Amino acid sequence: MAGRQRGPVPVLEKQSRNLTQEVLDKLDTKEPLQTAEDFPDVSQQEIKAALDRLGSRSMVKYETKETEQVLLTEESEAIVQDGSHEFKVWEAAKQQGGIPVKGLKIEGRPDAWVKAGQGTAIRNKWIKKDGEKFVAVPDSVEDTVQEELKGIQETKSISDAKRLVDLKKRKLVTVGKVLAYSVTKGPSYAKEIPVEVTDLTADMLADGSWKEANFKPYNFNALGAQQNAGALHPLMKVRAEFRNIFFNQGFVEMPTGHFVDSGFWNFDALFVPQQHPARDMQDTFFISDPPKADRPRPDPDTEKQMDAMEAGSRKLFATDDKKETKPRNYEEYWDNIKKVHQEGAFGSIGYRYPWSEDETLRLVLRTHTTAVSTWVLHRLAEDPRPARYFSIDRVFRNETVDATHLAEFHQIEGVIADFGLTLGGLMKFLEDFFSKMGIENLRFKPAYNPYTEPSMEIFGYHVGLGKWVEIGNSGMFRPEMLEPMGLPKNMRVYGFGLSLERPTMIKYGVSNIRDLLGHKVDLNFIESNAAVRLDKN
Amino acid sequence: MPTISVDKAALFKALEKEYTTEEFDELCFEFGIELDEDTSQSTKPEDKAQPPQLKIEIPANRYDMLCFEGIALNLRVFLEKQELPKWTLTPPKSGELETLTIKEETTKIRPLCSGVILRNIKFTQERYDSFISLQDKLHQNLARQRTLVSIGTHDLDTIKGPFTYEALPPEEIEFIPLNQTQKMNGKQLMEFYEKDKHLGRYLHIIRDSPVYPVIYDSNRTILSLPPIINGDHSKITLNTKNVLIEITALDKTKVEIVNHMLVAMFGGYAESIEPINIISPHNNESREAPDLSPREMQAEVDYLNQVTGLNLSTTGISKLLTRMGHTVAPAKADSKLLDVSVPISRADVLHQADIMEDLAIAYGFNKLPRFYPNKTAAVAAPLPINKLGDIVRFEAATAGWSEVMPLILCSHEENFEWLNRKDPGGLAVKLANPKTIEYQIVRTSLLPGLLKTINSNRHHAVPIKVFEVSDVAFIDHAQERKSRNERHFAAAIMGKTSGFEQVHGLLDRVMLMLRSVFITREDGLKKESLEGYWIEEVDDPTFLAGHAAAIKLKVADKTHVIGVFGILHPSVLHKFELQYPVSTLEINLEVFL
Repeated sequence: MAGRQRGPVPVLEKQSRNLTQEVLDKLDTKEPLQTAEDFPDVSQQEIKAALDRLGSRSMVKYETKETEQVLLTEESEAIVQDGSHEFKVWEAAKQQGGIPVKGLKIEGRPDAWVKAGQGTAIRNKWIKKDGEKFVAVPDSVEDTVQEELKGIQETKSISDAKRLVDLKKRKLVTVGKVLAYSVTKGPSYAKEIPVEVTDLTADMLADGSWKEANFKPYNFNALGAQQNAGALHPLMKVRAEFRNIFFNQGFVEMPTGHFVDSGFWNFDALFVPQQHPARDMQDTFFISDPPKADRPRPDPDTEKQMDAMEAGSRKLFATDDKKETKPRNYEEYWDNIKKVHQEGAFGSIGYRYPWSEDETLRLVLRTHTTAVSTWVLHRLAEDPRPARYFSIDRVFRNETVDATHLAEFHQIEGVIADFGLTLGGLMKFLEDFFSKMGIENLRFKPAYNPYTEPSMEIFGYHVGLGKWVEIGNSGMFRPEMLEPMGLPKNMRVYGFGLSLERPTMIKYGVSNIRDLLGHKVDLNFIESNAAVRLDKN
Repeated sequence: MPTISVDKAALFKALEKEYTTEEFDELCFEFGIELDEDTSQSTKPEDKAQPPQLKIEIPANRYDMLCFEGIALNLRVFLEKQELPKWTLTPPKSGELETLTIKEETTKIRPLCSGVILRNIKFTQERYDSFISLQDKLHQNLARQRTLVSIGTHDLDTIKGPFTYEALPPEEIEFIPLNQTQKMNGKQLMEFYEKDKHLGRYLHIIRDSPVYPVIYDSNRTILSLPPIINGDHSKITLNTKNVLIEITALDKTKVEIVNHMLVAMFGGYAESIEPINIISPHNNESREAPDLSPREMQAEVDYLNQVTGLNLSTTGISKLLTRMGHTVAPAKADSKLLDVSVPISRADVLHQADIMEDLAIAYGFNKLPRFYPNKTAAVAAPLPINKLGDIVRFEAATAGWSEVMPLILCSHEENFEWLNRKDPGGLAVKLANPKTIEYQIVRTSLLPGLLKTINSNRHHAVPIKVFEVSDVAFIDHAQERKSRNERHFAAAIMGKTSGFEQVHGLLDRVMLMLRSVFITREDGLKKESLEGYWIEEVDDPTFLAGHAAAIKLKVADKTHVIGVFGILHPSVLHKFELQYPVSTLEINLEVFL
């Protein structure tokens, strides 16, 4: 947009020469007017600007004529001035009574020209060799080349096409395109530019002067006025699109309002063993203050939020049968988790290592929002029923920061719980989910994730990159995670996730994550980023 | 995930097929490993200097694919070129097993030990390199940098059993470490390797212990000082025939997994795999090691079929699972069950869910029927605080402010000192192990992020008007997780003049949109039933004196101080390196829920 002008057409400036007025004057006596003839000494740009000013007011009409002109080069201009090279050589030989065979110098002519002129003079028999010198042969010569070029200079053309080619080859002339204009009167032609008003005003409406007013034309090639607009952050715009996709599919948003979580919810309850590399100091931010979490226990505030959000679904799917709910038992959950890690339980041999209570009560910055999904699924065990949950919120990894990694990013997570779900059903669901952002044709790769089995990496074909790219992770939560909560064995739970940043970066060609999230993001990028429509472009 | 580099030609020979890079990539994709790079396509000089390598990423729980042998074997089984071998133990002809006695003192430092003997092994340079490299990979991954498990390998013909595993004061342990010429004791050894790039990082595991673990033969020759280094005396070479492997550990399960992996990967190069008699009465760990019998478990036919969405017969299931290394037969007692023998190499199989996944992989993930049952509907709902936050975001943007998203982690200085605020202690969540000082605490205010954003955008024309709606966190001992988030709204304006009335106006606008009316302080204090907000001059060192106001909100007869706005104190501007005046506003949105 740089360089383009905003606002109405430029005001007519007072110039030393009022070309617009001259055009109007000339048109009064001559129509059509030919700029090439009538204003030969005015540059094309200047005459065009004047005609546009008049044209935009419908005072003139003009047609553009493109003509070819034969123009002289520096060399041929010199020839027109003083004579051809061969003439100059002859002249020197005559005046000096002979010239050296080699190394003749003529002022104002480069040696190459002189040398060429000497050759032509010999061929023309204007000079001849006499001992160590060239001497002039005739007393006078006719310089036809100079005459010809003079003619070209005046007419800017050559009638003989063959001759033109010859002269062009000798770099004595060039052919240039020249724009000229044929101008006629327009419907609003007048001998003077009438007084113009720039804009419609309230006063003009009041006194009726708008009827006679002569409005200055608007420059439709310029941008409009700068809007002092606010803007939403591009990532938040993409987030809004994903939220809509989830809402359209009946997902309830999960309460992710705590960055700090315990090892229990973030790892152990997800069947991530205490020696798993993800629990390394290299990968997870541990908290030094406050020192330690409590054991899992009821959380009435968050409970209330969930109840409020699920009231709609409870009302809609209510039946007359009294459903029995099984209140959560946090002690039992704790013991189950300990057992499934330490000795094995629920059909699993477990990891068989001494499970440490201190390790599970360590506080961490959540490494994934799956910690919250775990809490929500444990809540679901009170009344196991089909349910869908999602969240989009910040997670933390103790990463070394580079172009694709930050210590913080946003995780998009979806969870679907139902009885008798199949692996193919998850693929089908994800096909539909990703088609809403224009990604068709998904492929799934077996992968490892401690809390899902099977685990599948989701690959989508990226047309721009011309290859399959990993676009997310998915799987079915492990029985070792679900059954300790008290969920029935035939209830299966899909989990899938992706980062908010990665699809945004791919979609909008951002190569450095720091250009998207964090304080280094360019405000101009935020302010000019287009609205996000994942289904379009 | 570990990446394993294997010789391309050797692997394709083992797989009996010359794959194109694309074909091999496809095979990896289906099996669940990842071809990272084929160096025959590389232009780097170091890649061109050696025969083409395939760099393959292995899932973190597949310890049986951390070397060439494992990758070749598993892929051959998957491609039905062979069945997984059944590893068995062969006692020596004499019938007398080698013994290793574990002394009780080892409980003070590293209590467990296991081992195995590979008889008449045939090493080539490639096999030898792979053997060393596998130990290294196991040390890095499963053994968590040797802390949990460490491996020592010895030329059995240079030493003489019975062996003892002891724990002694470092000064009493004296030997020539691997590839050294000088004898040194435990203490000297710590100093010697202090600066060693490779071994230096393991020293901490035992350095400060009064006793170090050590393994002796019957002549008191030192085999190794686990988990640091072996002795030079018993080192293995290309010509070694009989290999003694000793594995010391803290973790009972992992010590046997490591034993199994070494046997499964390299037992095939040996004439026989010979057990060792471990004598460890004090902790009931006396046994013959290793136990190579497959683990017997059961899987439900219905479960396997239901989750995969297939309808396979037991024969069909059995055939597919063979390709993943399992031996499957219908259970005698119950036709709905399968008996599955899980080989020693598959330590990752914990539950029938893992068998089900193997079945899905063998069948082909991408061939499974994709079908979503149309039986449940659901009702969507947004989280109330997110809905409220979005309302404020839209109103702020509509009012002409631009949304920014700085990071949530920040330095202690930015959050406190730079804003002329004192850390009262017990307020901000502090990180124990940040990599940089940029991430020391979880912010308690949105202001540092806004000011840093303005600082990075000094090229932008003024006024700069930015806002953020996001969470801060506070320590809260009443919570299970000892902390809570709070949703804040904050805005900042930088321009040639202070912009004080701008942030004030934004506050009024947002309050209007949240149906909160402006009332005077007097009215608010006087009339109990009156709800609304007012502002009061406040003395706050973040702001220029006389130019800061506390925002008070009265709802349901309760008055809350929800935030503050004002002109930033020039000393704050100086800290954040801002050259124009800035006014800010920050309020807590939770009260509007």
